[in-house]
Formats: sequence, structure tokens, C-alpha cells
Amino acid sequence: MSESTEPDQFHAVGDDIRDRVAPTGPIQERWDKRKFEAKLVNPANKRKLSVIVVGTGLAGASAAATLGEAGYQVKSFCYQDSPRRAHSIAAQGGINAAKNYRNDGDSVYRLFYDTVKGGDFRSRESNSYRLAEVSANIIDQCVAQGVPFAREYSGLLDNRSFGGVQVSRTFYARGQTGQQLLIGAYQALERQINDGTVEMNTRHEMLDLIIIGGRARGVVVRDMVTGEIETHMAHAVVLATGGYGNVYFLSTNAMGCNVTATWRAHRRGAYFANPCYTQIHPTCIPVSGDHQSKLTLMSESLRNDGRIWVPKERGDDRPAGDIPEDERDYYLERRYPAFGNLVPRDIASRAAKTACDEGYGVGPGGLGVYLDFADAIERLGREEVEEKYGNLFDMYAQITGENPYETPMRIYPAIHYTMGGLWVDYDLQSNISGLFVTGEANFSDQGANRLGASALMQALADGYFVLPNTIGDYLATGGFDIIDETHPQAIAARDAVVERIEKLLAVKGERTVDSFHKELGHIMWEHCGMERSEEGLMEAIGLIRALKEEFWTNVKVTGVNEDLNQTLERAGRVADFFELGELMCIDALVRSESAGGHFRVESQTEDGEAKRNDDDFAHVSAWEFGGDQPVLHKEPLEFEYIEMKQRSYK
Amino acid sequence: MNITLRVWRQSRGDDKGRMVTYGLQEISENMSFLEMLDVLNEHLTVTGDDPIAFDHDCREGICGACGVVINGEAHGPLVTTTCQLHMRSFADGAVIDVEPWRAGAFPVVKDLVVDRSSLDRIIQAGGFISAPTGSAPDAHAVPVPKRDADHAFDSATCIGCGACVAACPNGSGMLFTAAKITHLGVMPQGQPERDSRVIDMVNQHDHEGFGGCTNIGECASACPKEIPLSNIAQLNRDLLGALASGNA
Repeated sequence: MSESTEPDQFHAVGDDIRDRVAPTGPIQERWDKRKFEAKLVNPANKRKLSVIVVGTGLAGASAAATLGEAGYQVKSFCYQDSPRRAHSIAAQGGINAAKNYRNDGDSVYRLFYDTVKGGDFRSRESNSYRLAEVSANIIDQCVAQGVPFAREYSGLLDNRSFGGVQVSRTFYARGQTGQQLLIGAYQALERQINDGTVEMNTRHEMLDLIIIGGRARGVVVRDMVTGEIETHMAHAVVLATGGYGNVYFLSTNAMGCNVTATWRAHRRGAYFANPCYTQIHPTCIPVSGDHQSKLTLMSESLRNDGRIWVPKERGDDRPAGDIPEDERDYYLERRYPAFGNLVPRDIASRAAKTACDEGYGVGPGGLGVYLDFADAIERLGREEVEEKYGNLFDMYAQITGENPYETPMRIYPAIHYTMGGLWVDYDLQSNISGLFVTGEANFSDQGANRLGASALMQALADGYFVLPNTIGDYLATGGFDIIDETHPQAIAARDAVVERIEKLLAVKGERTVDSFHKELGHIMWEHCGMERSEEGLMEAIGLIRALKEEFWTNVKVTGVNEDLNQTLERAGRVADFFELGELMCIDALVRSESAGGHFRVESQTEDGEAKRNDDDFAHVSAWEFGGDQPVLHKEPLEFEYIEMKQRSYK
Repeated sequence: MNITLRVWRQSRGDDKGRMVTYGLQEISENMSFLEMLDVLNEHLTVTGDDPIAFDHDCREGICGACGVVINGEAHGPLVTTTCQLHMRSFADGAVIDVEPWRAGAFPVVKDLVVDRSSLDRIIQAGGFISAPTGSAPDAHAVPVPKRDADHAFDSATCIGCGACVAACPNGSGMLFTAAKITHLGVMPQGQPERDSRVIDMVNQHDHEGFGGCTNIGECASACPKEIPLSNIAQLNRDLLGALASGNA
């Protein structure tokens, strides 16, 4: 292999792709039009059609329950011991809906506008509009299920403003909205299990997709208790397997979150879109040492009253209270006087990392900045601060052992959500017939940046209202060959899974899976985090390739397959993260613009702010698997309704 | 800090199982309890031993996956989940016993991992409101008094971890069952199925092999989400009402 250093050497370019099912005409009528044009399945025939749904978070549980209610035979899978534990449960803030219960000028169109603008003009207008359109139905559905949303003394639902928008459209259940929505979807799912329309398989992990005659027809899964490798066949497959933030090792994701299901589908031909689009949350509790296994998010609302600063002197290790006022740099207030500490997530995150990289960070390893409530406590009184933020202060105190009422909190940004995912059309169908992808697992309606309280909205929109309508159009086309798990393609897929597991167990090297994962995460965070450069990304690709090679020759996976083997589970996931990480770097390298939370140093304004490049990058990058040479297919984005503008927070 | 762990090791459900002692040096007091187990597992892997299996996922106290008995107490000495317990809660030199949930309805799968699917089956039996997708009226069609909504929420915060069962001398799942009965039963949407729900869920609870409730209250004191014991009184009232109404 030549040692050239051209950024184009890492990929090939294929034909542009188009979303062929996207309806045209007035945007307000497109979803109705699509639903009307979609073929319907006769109720008697639904009983004869089977659908596999992988994942039981908001997008998966809602889809499985709804498809079961409709009369399909559903098989649901999750890696946890219960479907109720999927990571949607950890979402705190809330869920947006264009109900306009506040009479404050909200509308479907405004939510649509905010979503497209917030996504920095890298999402599809049609999809974002539909998301806003069905948002109101989600709240109705959840209330009917008994989700205990926050209410006012009138008995009506409470709302709050969230994520920097100017209307109050966020519904919430204290700081546990995700939990309550997921329990609602879980209960609907359990009801269908009881009715016999859904067969639930817990502690089962999907390890491959089975494609027969160009159509997704089944999955290979591993029973995580016995190690048995099983094949399950169906007429269609839905992946609702969440995001891939754990490629960074440290993130706010659950420990088990992984990319394996979507990555295996990608290796089977599904396009992976915008993999480099990840969201970084500014207010997480910093790492306390090498033992750290995950990062904990604190609500962004803290920035409403807290002031962010670092010492003016590099490496100043005096306690915060001993640093006089004039030796502190309130850098956000200084650089962004109009927005101050309330600049958007991406800007706050990047500024914090820059401060730490330059040596001004505080706390262990210098990886933190202060979030100081001293002024707020003086202005509002301790009682009011406690009323507003008490639970967050308690959480911080429990994790760090420090009292945030007396010493400033320390915060640091962390990976929180991934906007990229498998490419889907308007029907949420991937480029593989019969393979549908919902929720965070698809490349979604969020563009290059997701607004707060929109992830829950998208997952439930997909699962309750979009997919159950669109999948019928596919299933109604019929022409399904009668097949079972003895089909040669099914056997081949199963054999490939067995072979890969044997290969992992046979390495018998010296290094633990976690040590590889941590090193990969470090490379990704440094070079494919919030600030990226051509040089850094090319270096990262080389580092990942070398590490991947070492993994396959030196990883130590203890135990056997025929057992509950958590090391083996992690090894398979980390092996896929290497390949994903490489593609993320290649995607970030090709997209040499700054958009959303992604800052390319080569693309900035004179005063150092992110500069989008609409001439060259107003497209979705959909990647076809190609080993060392992935193939880029572009889907051009058109904006008929909303004028493209550059964001400014000065 | 240095600690000594005595951990329950059991290779399979039908294996006899035993306590195994491990010494750990230079443990940071800022580690969570599960991070301490991670460190031990890394060490065991390097030395060629089988790492200790334990359930965990979100590590922020909300998914309900983790949970072990620490020195005889479900989730350990604090009112929180195992993942939110930190080593600063233990003294330097401490000897810490770590065991799985022990209950007839929670068979051990391996080491500290137990099978809690019995809890899912209690929900299947009736822990829901039948509201098929698309059938819902406008969310403001039926106002819910704030007091009722807050009361429902306080019960709905149950994370299904099973600490209540592990803490109960009878291995009863009554607090778990009662939390769902209360959550759904105090809301107007939950009324049509209120009688059948309590009867079906309690029947399933008994069928799964959970013990009966004798009002000891260990469940409520072990609950990381502080679900109150009064939920069980609510369940008993609902059950009596349902049986008396003849809707069984």
C-alpha cells in the first residue's frame, strides 16, 4: 500500500441516491398523501405476516406493540433482561409536541422550522415536517396509556420551554420523562405479549441480518444465557437498536448500547448515513479517573443560572474559592456577550474542550470547567436554587462527594446522542427491501444537530405512527417466497456468526477488551469529537486500523460461547466499533465543512466560528460498505420552505 | 483504599455456588461499586480467571438492571441503586459480602445475575391500560387533578429492579405489584380495568412463586425509588373491592 496522504484515498464515490417514495406537493399534505397511496394489508392477511423488531426502546417497543395490535405476528428482541430497561429510559428533559396549549404562537410549522434550522439544514424537510405533524398524537397516545406527565392545579398538562426555543412545547414527567414514556410503551408491549401477538425474546443479541432474494427476511441472534446461535425468519425486519455513542467508550449511553445490529446490516448492504454526526452535551459530570465507565448527564437547564469559568492562569490549582474574581475567565460571557452561558450545546461544549486543551482546565487531569452558582445563590437565595436544581445538586454530590452549594460544580462535555445511522427513505425503509430502521438507529430527521426534547419525539413518532403505516405498503406487495431457517442463506449467515465467535475466542491474546475499547474511544474523542481537522482525522484512521489489527491478534476473551459470557458480548461489539469508528473518521474527513456540532478547523469564519458550506455539502452522505474503501452515495437536500441561514450567537 | 470482597460465584443455575474471597488494593473512593467490580474483572481476565457476571446497564440509577445484596442489604447501605453507590460509603479495610438477589421467583442464572422475568409476567397479566395506538382522545379531554397525577408518578417511578423482593423475608413481590396498581388505579384512564387488573396481577404474582406480604416493610426501606408501603394498603383495598364487586 502506498503511503500517500491524500484525504480522498480512503473512499470511492458512487452514484447519487434519491428517496424514491418521498411524496411531493404542498408539505402540509405529503404525509396524508403517502398514507393514502400506501397499499393496505387485508386484516385477515396480517395474521399470516410476520415482523421481527430488534430493540425495545421507545422506537422498538412502540412499533412492536402497534404492529401486534394491528394483527401482525411480531417477534421482539432485546439484549437486556427485560424490555423495560432499554436506554430510552434514561432521557431526562422532556418531549416536544406542537400542541400550542400555551397559546404562544406554536404550530406544526414552527416546530418543523425549529427542527430544520436546529439541524443546521442537513435534514430532509419532508421528514421533519411529518415529525412535527404527528408530535401532537404522541402526547394523546401517552396520556391514554396513563403516562403521568406533570400537570398544573387545573388538572391540565404542564409545559416548559426547552433547548433554546421561544415557545413552551415540552411535556415532561419531572426529570424522568424517558422512563415514563418507555414504561408506557413497555406496558403496551407486555399487553400484546399477553395477547399472543408478540413473542418476546429477552437476553438475545442480534448478530447478523439474513437477506434472501434481495429482501431482509430474518436475523441471527445469540441467546446470551446459553450461547445458542438461533435464526429467526420473518417477512420484514425492523431495527430499533439505538445510537452508537459508545464508540467513544465514555458517553452518557448505557454500557450495553452498541452498533452491532446496524453495523451487521451495513455489512450486508444497508447504507450508513452521516456517521460522523454525533451530539456532545456540555453539562456532564467530569471523569474522576481511569476507572470511569460512563459519564452522567446533568440537565442543561443548569446553565440558566450557573456561570461557567476557568482560572486565567494555566494550571492554577488553588481551590475555586481562593481564586479572586479578577483572576477568573468567564469565557462564554466574554466571547458571546449576547447569549453568554446560554449559547447552544455545540458552542458551549467546544469552548470547554478548548479551555482544557489549552491547560486551563480544573479538577482531575485538568478535564473540567467550573459551573458556579455562587452568584445565583446570592441573587435568588439558597432555597430557590434548591427548589429549581435540588435533585441535580444531590446527584452531583452523590457522584463526586462534593457539595455544589459551597464549591462550584465541575462539568465537561460528553457524547450523548448520534444523529447518523442507517439510511432510510420516507417510509423508514433502508436501501435493502424489507429492512426498516426507526428511532436513533436511523439517520433520522435531526440533521447535523438535534434540539433538546426531540429524541423521544422522533422515536415515538417512528414507532407508533410512521412505521406501522408505511410497513404495510411493503408487506402488501407480497411475492414472498416460502422459506425457513434451513434456507442456504440463513445457514450461511448463521455459520458466519459462529465462525466470528470462534475467531474471537481463539485469539487468546494478552489485552482485555475494555483496554482496546478505551484506546479506541480516546482516538475518537481526540480526533473525531467536536473539533476535527484533516490532519487529525487521517492520523486517527491510521491509529484505528493499527489498533484493530492488534485487537484481532492480541485480545483476550475468556470463557466459552456456551455460557453467559459478558466478555464475549463486549468483544463482538468492540470489534464492530473499530469498523464504525473508521467510517466515522472517513465521513468526517470528506465533509470538510463545519455544521451543527461539528467544527472543522479548515472551515471557520474570520472570528473563529463554524462556517457551513452549502455549495458543496447540502447533502446526506450515505455510505456503502466497502472495507477499506467505503463508497459514498450522496443524497442532495432541497429546501423549498425554509431559507438556509448561517447561525450566529455573538 | 484496600478492601476484601467475598463474592457469590455460581457457574450455572443448577450449580451449588460458593463465596469466593478477593483482595483489592488501591481502590479509589470515587469509584462506583460497579466500577470497583469492573476493576476486579479486568484483573481476573488478565490472570485468566472467569470474570464475575453481574447485570448492569445505564449506570445512572434508572434502568433497574443492576442490583446485588451488599453486606446483607439490597443495593447496600444507601437508599439508591448499586450503580449509584460509591466506594466512599465503605471504610478502608472493609470486608464486603456481595450476593445475588435471593428469592424463589428469581432463580440465579450465573454469579450475581438472576432471572427477573417473573416481574414482566406480572405486568403482562394486567399492568397496563388498554389504549391501542391511534385510539386516544385529545390529551386534555380528561383533566387529571394534580394531586392524583403526582401520586401516580410517585408509584410509577418503580424501576423494576427487584430490591423489594430481595429484601423481603417472604420473597414477596407485593410492593412491585402494588406500585403498578396504584400508578394506574389513581388515574381516570385506569378505571375501566381497575378490578380485573388487581385480580389478574395478584394471581400472577402468586403463580410465579413470590411469597405473601406480612407487612414487614423491608421492601419499602430497600426501595431505591422510595415507593411507600402505603401502596400495598392501596392494593389490598382494590383487591377487596374487586372481589366484593363480583368482577373477578
